[in-house]
Amino acid sequence: MERLDLIWQSLPLLWEGARVTVTLTICLLGVGLLLGVPVALGQVYGPRPLVILISGYERFFRAMPILVLLMVFFYGLAFLGVSLPAFGTAVLVFGLHSSAYQSQIFRGAIQAIKEGQLLAARALGMSRLQAIRYIVLPQALRLALPAWSNEYSGVLKDTSFVFAIGVTELTRQGWQIMQRTREVFLIFIAVALIYLVLTYLGTWLLELLERRFGIPGLAGQRREEHGRVV
Amino acid sequence: MSSKIVVRVEDLHKRYGNEEVLKGVSFILRQGEALAIIGPSGTGKSTLLRCINRLTEPDSGRIWLEDTEITGAKTDMNKIRQQIGFVFQDFNLFAHLTALDNVRLGLMKVKKLSKGEASERAMTELKRVGLAEKAKAYPAQLSGGQQQRVSIARALAMDPKLMLFDEPTSALDPELIGEVLQVMKALAGEGMTMVVVTHEMGFARSVCDEVIFMEQGVIVEQGPPEHIFLQPRQPRTQQFLGKIGELYGGTGS
Repeated sequence: MERLDLIWQSLPLLWEGARVTVTLTICLLGVGLLLGVPVALGQVYGPRPLVILISGYERFFRAMPILVLLMVFFYGLAFLGVSLPAFGTAVLVFGLHSSAYQSQIFRGAIQAIKEGQLLAARALGMSRLQAIRYIVLPQALRLALPAWSNEYSGVLKDTSFVFAIGVTELTRQGWQIMQRTREVFLIFIAVALIYLVLTYLGTWLLELLERRFGIPGLAGQRREEHGRVV
Repeated sequence: MSSKIVVRVEDLHKRYGNEEVLKGVSFILRQGEALAIIGPSGTGKSTLLRCINRLTEPDSGRIWLEDTEITGAKTDMNKIRQQIGFVFQDFNLFAHLTALDNVRLGLMKVKKLSKGEASERAMTELKRVGLAEKAKAYPAQLSGGQQQRVSIARALAMDPKLMLFDEPTSALDPELIGEVLQVMKALAGEGMTMVVVTHEMGFARSVCDEVIFMEQGVIVEQGPPEHIFLQPRQPRTQQFLGKIGELYGGTGS
């Protein structure tokens, strides 16, 4: 009973931590999306020098461990006299990192769209930019959703790394409670359950989105029409 | 035969790597004429068509649409392409848009019509190709023949001066070819200026005013259909049409 009480009393703090985790996740995914889509477009449609440049960016951030990046940006920049707040640093570092991963999700989605549709748009008199905006992007974003949901559940848990630069998110909050109470097992079970709920909730929302914007007659719907493919 | 010249193609050349696909093609097309381009596959027919609206860049040669030179370095191709309808072999409808949206997108985004005006015009064109009741259907819910008719409506909605058809029935089930040819026939009857790359000899013969037989990047023979189909002068034309005739039971000769 005492132990349940302890969990009960810790809930406000864990809730506070979960809020930081969710805010960080949303911010970093937003930054990753805003940078990832242009990177993907540049890689597919850009001139050769631009492709080389942004591919360098993409390879670099995919190659770096997130913890190393956090250290470099947080302590390294402070050393150079630029001090960013810990949360801002976290959004920046995770955002850049995620943009590299997201760019590859979007690149795959863009390349999955038949070139003929782009030709048809140009044949109507649309500029390249218009064709990308009205024809390529609406379809690519839809196609990217399943893989993007994967990125969401991945980064949600990666955010616990910000522990290292002192941002008090869910895991660190749990850690602090645990240090006060010495209840390792219970507290981290509670933390784990919260991650589980957040993952489920997010993936469920993205699935709703996927269904809401599904194109009638195309993949997704097809499954229901023809039943399971053996 | 003194009506206005809509298209003039002069000495068009195009090379892909070592292969010269177009070796100096020239022709003119007058207002209201329907021109069929026939010939074996891989002889540059589709390339020629794509050069006319510069979806493919020609290496050399000149093309005019009425008085505007399309091949000019400073030509605004987006302006030119609005005036040339293009119908693709595999339809290329926008997969995420309904039939209605496919037809009105160009009107709204290129011609900057209001949504109301665009919708009205788009519905008129869908009616014209017999698909008004499919306005809300998505491409994946339509048959190949229906998709091709939507794509024709999409091109017509832009009020083109010229329509280019790139093997419009080659990707269709035999049963669906008729409905598309019907629409094209009606269009020719209304006086639309058009170029049709096709393997449908019956269509070329009965609907078109002029036929070009192309092989290996050159025009082998050109003339009115009765001349090309009944008294071809070039041995190669005779041979090609003879083979087609054997296949389809005498359409060609």
